[in-house]
Amino acid sequence: MAEVKYIEGYPEEIFQLIPKVHETRSWRAENIPAAMTKEERQEVLKIHPDWAPGGKRKIVVGPNQGDIAPREVVDLLEAYPLIEKQEVDLSIPDYQVDIMVLGGGLAGTAACIWAHEMGIDKDKILLVNKLRHGDANSIMAEGGTQAADRKVDSLERHYLDTIGGGHFTNKPDVLRALVEDGPFIMHWLHELGVIFDKEENGDFVEKWGGGTSIKRMHSCRDYTGLEEFRVIRDEFISRKIGCIEHFPAVELLTDGDKVTGAVLYNLETGEYKVVAAKATILATGGFGRLHIRGFPTTNHYGATGDGVVLAYRAGAKLRDTDTVQYHPTGAAYPVQIIGYLLTEKLRTSGAQPVNIDGEAFVFAMEPRDVEAAAIIRECYVRNKGITTPSGLRGVWLDTPMIELKNGKGYIEKAFPGMDRMFRRYDIDMAKNPVLIFPTLHYQNGGVETDPVGRTTLEGLWVAGEVSGGVHGKNRLMGNSTLDCMVFGRRTGISAAEYIKKGKKQGKLTLEHVSNYVKMLKEAKIKPKRRSPILLPEYRGKKSLARALHVEV
Amino acid sequence: MKETKSKKLDPEKVMERIAEASRPTVAGVEEKDVRHWVTIYVMGRGYSVPADLTILTAMEYAGYKFIRGCGCRQGFCGACSTVYRRHGEYKLQTGMACQTRVEDGMYLVQIPFSPAEKASYDISKEAYKVNTLLKHYPELARCVACNTCTKACTQDLQVMDYIQAAIRGDFETCVNESFDCIQCGMCALRCPAEIVQYNMAQLARRLYGRNDRPEPKHLTDRLKEIEQGKFVKPLDEITKKSKEELEKLYYSREKESD
Ligand SMILES: Cc1cc2nc3c(=O)[nH]c(=O)nc-3n(C[C@H](O)[C@H](O)[C@H](O)COP(=O)(O)OP(=O)(O)OC[C@H]3O[C@@H](n4cnc5c(N)ncnc54)[C@H](O)[C@@H]3O)c2cc1C
Ligand code: FES
Repeated sequence: MAEVKYIEGYPEEIFQLIPKVHETRSWRAENIPAAMTKEERQEVLKIHPDWAPGGKRKIVVGPNQGDIAPREVVDLLEAYPLIEKQEVDLSIPDYQVDIMVLGGGLAGTAACIWAHEMGIDKDKILLVNKLRHGDANSIMAEGGTQAADRKVDSLERHYLDTIGGGHFTNKPDVLRALVEDGPFIMHWLHELGVIFDKEENGDFVEKWGGGTSIKRMHSCRDYTGLEEFRVIRDEFISRKIGCIEHFPAVELLTDGDKVTGAVLYNLETGEYKVVAAKATILATGGFGRLHIRGFPTTNHYGATGDGVVLAYRAGAKLRDTDTVQYHPTGAAYPVQIIGYLLTEKLRTSGAQPVNIDGEAFVFAMEPRDVEAAAIIRECYVRNKGITTPSGLRGVWLDTPMIELKNGKGYIEKAFPGMDRMFRRYDIDMAKNPVLIFPTLHYQNGGVETDPVGRTTLEGLWVAGEVSGGVHGKNRLMGNSTLDCMVFGRRTGISAAEYIKKGKKQGKLTLEHVSNYVKMLKEAKIKPKRRSPILLPEYRGKKSLARALHVEV
Repeated sequence: MKETKSKKLDPEKVMERIAEASRPTVAGVEEKDVRHWVTIYVMGRGYSVPADLTILTAMEYAGYKFIRGCGCRQGFCGACSTVYRRHGEYKLQTGMACQTRVEDGMYLVQIPFSPAEKASYDISKEAYKVNTLLKHYPELARCVACNTCTKACTQDLQVMDYIQAAIRGDFETCVNESFDCIQCGMCALRCPAEIVQYNMAQLARRLYGRNDRPEPKHLTDRLKEIEQGKFVKPLDEITKKSKEELEKLYYSREKESD
C-alpha cells in the first residue's frame, strides 16, 4: 500500500476538501441557518441513538421494573454482585465515620467541604476514590458553568431554558434548587479563588451555551473543570479531610432499610475494607465507558456506572434511564483522539458544523440531542459527510470562523487546551477546520433525589452525574458542573444536619444484595455477568487470549 | 472522499454502521487492520504495537490493564506522566501517555505518583503578597534558574518563568504562565532545588483569583435580590406550570441579541 501523504495534519485526499470550507465561510457567516421548529426537531430526533430502535430494553427486576434503559445499563443491573456475603467479614469495620462520600469529582469533593463547614469533624468524613482524587469527568469540563447572575438574566429564565432543553421532563423542585443556588455557587467559587474569565471592569465574561436564550456561561479559558476542580481539591486537602484512593466501593451496606456503609476494594492488593457510616453520599459520576451503542466517549477511565448499580441493589429508585447524552462535537480525526470532546464553546464562539459541500446544514446552537442527530443525518442519510481514514464519517467544524468573529489569535488564548491537542497532530485549528462526529457524553438520568439530594432510602444521598431528575431527558451545557456544586453542597449540608440529630450507626449487612440475587434468580437471569465493572477492558485481544491466571 | 449516494437507511442500520466504524476505538484495533508497527520498551521489555496508538493505548494493546497511570485519558488529569528516551539518544523526554504517540525504539516508564508536599492554609486568611508564597513554600527562594522544570513540563509551559515571576511578586505572570498546568508532578521530580512548582502555583492562583479583581457587581447585586426574595414568586409560578404552558413559553421566548 502506498504511503499516505499528509498536508497540515490531514491525509491529502481530505485536505483537498478544505478549500470548499474556506470559500463558503464569509457567506455562511452572514447567512446563519434558522433554529429548528418543534416539528423539525421531532423529525430529526428519529435518528438520534436514543430513539433509533434497537438500543434499549426493559428492566426486569427491582424498583424500576418495566422502565426502559440502554441495553448496556440493563446488563449491569441484571449482573450478579462481585462479592458474596460469606466472603466478607463485616463484624469489625476498618473505618467508622459520620459521612462517607463515594467518588471525588466536583460533587463529592464539594460535599465533603460543606459537611466539614457544617461542623463535622475532618476525621469523621471519608472520601473514597476509585482512581486518584480527581481522575474524574469533572476535571475535563471545558466549556463552562451556567448561573443566572447578569442583570438582564433571571432565575426563571434559567429554569425555562433548562426545562425546554430537557423536553419538559425535569423534576421541578430539584431544577428550582439548581437555578436558585447558581449565583451563590459563583460567589463561593470566587471566594475560593477560582479564576473565571473576566472583563476589564471585573464583570464575568459570559457566553452562549447550546439551548440557552441568553449568555450565561462562565468559563476559565477552556479549562473550566480543571480550574474549578483543582481549587476545590486544594481547599479539601487544606482541610485535611480523610481520603483514600484506588479503593472503589463495590457494594453498599444496609441494615435492611437504611444505608449504613460500604465495602471497598483495594485495586492493587485485592484486600477489602469495611466502612461503617451514618450517612453515605454517592457521587460516583457517569457511565460513558459503557460505550452505549458502541459509541466512543468523552468520559474518564472510571466512568462505568458503578453508583447506579450499588444504589439500585440497595433499593433506591432511578429515573429518566431511557436517555443518554451524545455530545454533537466529538473529534472524528485523527484516530488517537476519536471521541474526545471539542467543547460546545467552539460553536458558541462562532464555529459552524459544515458538510462536504461547504453548507451549514444546521443552526449551531440547538440543544445537544438535536444538534447530534442533525450531524448523524448529514453523514448517514444525506450522505454529505467526510469519511476519515479509520472509516468513521464526520462533518467539518469550521473553527477558523471563530477568529473571523473574534479576531486573530483568539483561539490560542481562549482554547489553549484544544489548540495544544490538535497541534500535537500538526493540525492548526485556527487555520483549518476540524472533523467531528457525536460522542457519548453524559448520563442524563440516574438515582432520583429530592431538592437536598436525599434518595428514597434513608442514609443515602446522591449528587452529581449519578443523580437523575434535574436535567430531565437532556442536559444543557454548563448545567452539570453547576449541578455538582449545588447538590454537592446541599447533600453535604443535609447529611451533616442528619448526623447532628444524633443518628446512631446501623447494623452492617449485605442482606439487600442476597435479596437482589434472589430476585435475579427468580427472574431466571443467568449469572453470566458481574457488576460493578469498575474499569473497562481495553487490553489487546491477542494478549488477552493468551492470558493465564496463576497464583504467584 | 465524496460519499456515493446510497438509498435511505433506517435508523437502526445507521447505528450499526456507526458502531462498526467506531469498533477500533471502543474495542481495540484488530491485528489484521494494522499497517504500521513499532517496537516500544515498557520498563525495558519490548512489545510490537500499532504505530498510530498513544503510549497509553499501546500499553493496553500489549496487555497492560491500568490501575494507576490512567485517569481522564484526554490530557487533563495528570495521572499518566511518562519518562522516555528514544533509542540511541541520551536525552530524557517527558510526556503524558494519553497524549503522546508511540515511536519506534521508545524506552519508557510511567511515573504515576509524586511524593510532593502540599501546604495547608485558609485562603481567606492569607495575604495577597509574595511573602505568603514564601511562607508556605520557602524552597521557592532556592531556585537556581536552571530551567530543568521547563524542560520537564509535559504541557510545554514556561515553568521557570512562572517561578521567577512568583519570586518577584509578579502574580499576573505567574498565574498566566501556570494556568494550563495539569499538576502531573514532573517539574517537581526533576527540580534540583526541590521546589514543588505546581503546588506553589496553585496557591498563587487562588490568591490572585480571590484578590486581583473584586467580585463582579452584577453578581453581588443578584445575591442581594435573591436574599430579598425577588425570584420567589416567579419561581413559584413557573414550577407549577403544565407542560403545555411551558412549551408555549419556551418556543416563543426571546433570544438575547448577539
Ligand atoms: C470531557 C467533558 C467535558 C465536559 N464539559 C462540561 C462543561 O463544560 N460544563 C458542564 O457543566 N459540564 C461538563 N461536563 C459534564 C461534567 O463535567 C460532569 O458531568 C460532572 O463534572 C460530573 O461530576 P461528578 O462529580 O458527578 O462525577 P465525576 O467528576 O466523574 O467524579 C466521580 C468520581 O467517582 C469515582 N468513582 C466511580 N465509581 C466509583 C466507585 N465505585 N467507588 C469510588 N469512586 C468511584 C470516579 O472515578 C470519579 O473520580 C463535561 C464532561 C466531560 C466528560
Ligand atoms: S490520563 Fe489524564 S492526563 Fe493522561
